[in-house]
Amino acid sequence: MSAATDRQLPAGAPPAARNTILVGVGAVAVAGTMLMYGMLAVWFKFRDAAPLRTAKNGKLIRDWLPADIAIPEVVTNTLMITMVVICVMAQWAVYSAKRNDSSHAGLALVVTSMLGVAAINGQVAVYVQMGIGIMDGPYQTMFYAVTGTMLFLLVTGLAFSVATMFRVYAGRVRDYQVVSAHALYWYFLATAFLAMWFVVYVQK
Amino acid sequence: MSAVSAPPAVNSTPSTPLFGSLATWLTTTDHKRIGRLFMGTAILWLLGVSAVASVLGFERIADDASTFDVNAVPQLFAFARVGLMFGVVLPLMVGLAVAVVPLQIGARSIALARVAALGFWAWAAGSAMVIASIIGNGGPGGGNAQMVDVYLLGLGLVLVGLVAAAVSLFATVMTARCPGMTLDRVPMLSWSALVTAVSVVLTVPVALGSVIYVAVDHRYGRLAFGANKGIDTWLGWAVGHPQSFIYALLSFGILADIAPVAARRRQLLRGGMLVGIGVVSTAVMGTVSQTPQVFEWSGSTSDKLSSLIPYALFNLLPLLGAVIVIGLALFTLVNGKPRLVAAFVPAFLGVGMVFTGMVGSAIEHVSSAGLAGTVFGEGVSYYVGYGAVLSGFAGIVFWAPKIWGTKPPSSGVLALSTVAFIGIVLASLPYYVAGFADQPAGVVGGFEYGGPSALWNTASTAGHALFFLCTLLAFAGHFRGVESATDDPYDAHTLEWMTSSPAPADNFVEVPRVSSATPLLDAKIPAEVNA
Repeated sequence: MSAATDRQLPAGAPPAARNTILVGVGAVAVAGTMLMYGMLAVWFKFRDAAPLRTAKNGKLIRDWLPADIAIPEVVTNTLMITMVVICVMAQWAVYSAKRNDSSHAGLALVVTSMLGVAAINGQVAVYVQMGIGIMDGPYQTMFYAVTGTMLFLLVTGLAFSVATMFRVYAGRVRDYQVVSAHALYWYFLATAFLAMWFVVYVQK
Repeated sequence: MSAVSAPPAVNSTPSTPLFGSLATWLTTTDHKRIGRLFMGTAILWLLGVSAVASVLGFERIADDASTFDVNAVPQLFAFARVGLMFGVVLPLMVGLAVAVVPLQIGARSIALARVAALGFWAWAAGSAMVIASIIGNGGPGGGNAQMVDVYLLGLGLVLVGLVAAAVSLFATVMTARCPGMTLDRVPMLSWSALVTAVSVVLTVPVALGSVIYVAVDHRYGRLAFGANKGIDTWLGWAVGHPQSFIYALLSFGILADIAPVAARRRQLLRGGMLVGIGVVSTAVMGTVSQTPQVFEWSGSTSDKLSSLIPYALFNLLPLLGAVIVIGLALFTLVNGKPRLVAAFVPAFLGVGMVFTGMVGSAIEHVSSAGLAGTVFGEGVSYYVGYGAVLSGFAGIVFWAPKIWGTKPPSSGVLALSTVAFIGIVLASLPYYVAGFADQPAGVVGGFEYGGPSALWNTASTAGHALFFLCTLLAFAGHFRGVESATDDPYDAHTLEWMTSSPAPADNFVEVPRVSSATPLLDAKIPAEVNA
């Protein structure tokens, strides 16, 4: 043993839980937000560069959304509401897990997972109802790129929900940091979806 | 759950058969091994990048004949540009940080170790796809559409891998610090790793979004993003400047950690050093516009001011951070009792090269200099990229005792650093001169100007070749030496030097408690002096 190890510092107390997974998921959420917002910024750039045309109501609008394409607003609005409800369910899971209530935490995670499946199904329904081809034009290509990326993120959220659900049902409900991280991830997904919903489905 | 209290299992059986050893490396979650994987693969990348840059420089010497066909040249330029930043600089820096940061902050492992390992393998797989696609005529502007798709997929994987490693580093510094190690007490390398990780998490996903757009467009419509020729248009900012300053940011942390050891005194104005490193990271603002902020010296005073402010924010603010870091390092050195620490030489020269690149970038973005579209920008990239590599080499040498358990011989380090420094200057400076003579960027022929173009391009070719040679020697491990290192071979100050060399699997027998930024220095000084 050399000089350096002779000079030992006092051992610290066993470190308390420091929310490593929560912080890691937070960083992933920031990265995901930058991904989606960066893509929406490019969307804005293309939309603003589109030429002007006269709409059916006589107003001058950007010729970005092709005239023959209709956004299925019922489905997209339902999707947005679903995302909000998912966040409530995910937070319910956190609430229950913190109280060591595994049955309610598990139930909340089951509902979250089912709503996650519903959200994915809703996005697919948007594709089916719009009936556009990815090669039909620049709008269509970019539409599939943005919404496809969001769809992929939703699938990762669903996988996270299922994994968390199995952990809770396996008896690890006291380890609620993962449940909190899971909720944080869905908050991020809801925020990203909100931005996409407003830009792509509402503003068009 | 804590990364400190529950370190992941480490597979470190010393004498396993070949297959077992391979499996150990493939499945490792030991941060030192993951860091070594990153660094080793980045050095392999560097061999390719410096060789290609050398060949491209050679092609520019004589205007009459070209070895490559028209399609290959833009792909090779893309290989050099993308490879230098995403294949070499950022992974090398991330690898060094992954290997050293947990030791510096008193953690027994890296946080989210499997995410860091996933990051390496995603990056490595993406790298292989990028290289294979360029060989298969699939880089930017390439003629093989399927290989272009592979290139874009590979590039996406590279970016995902780097972000994953950055997430792991961020979580480590934020959550795995030992008791008493507040954020303002973390060593400079760890601080710069944190700043780099935040910057990477904020900016690289934006580049990933562009990759997704370009990939979908290329695969299907080819209507919006310019197909294979649009790749550079949409991703150029991510490998250009000021964004590249982010990738080289760890250089400043390396210098800031080595300088006080060479000066044999505590870092003076430590808070200023933390701020300086943070200020360099303002280069992330380049992501906001993705276009160069040019200073126009024309029109009314109001016009000049309106272009000066964004120009200064994007180009001069990172430069100010670099001045603060270099100034404080020198200030500490001048006020200490300096001695020769071999790693200080490449650290200082490397940061000097990065700084020269940053100055060049600021000059390039003054419109009246007329440097847009010239090889001046390539000179900036090589100054920043190669400079960061030289700094990374300094970091590897300095922390080699903790990573490999050996102390590199000073003479070898100094010789290799000096030759590499000459190589960098030769590779980059001629492009600065040729840029003023209007030699266009991204082409190997068809230009004529008044100056001795053959001389500049010959010098640059020689510089790249020299750097290739240095890389080869470094990769062969000549700098590592065979002499076993003591636990504290440099009479250093920070926590990592309190554990054995090489650091054991879990870094520390017991997680220590610290009460300052330099716990080892405190332990060396008698208590009454400290008081």
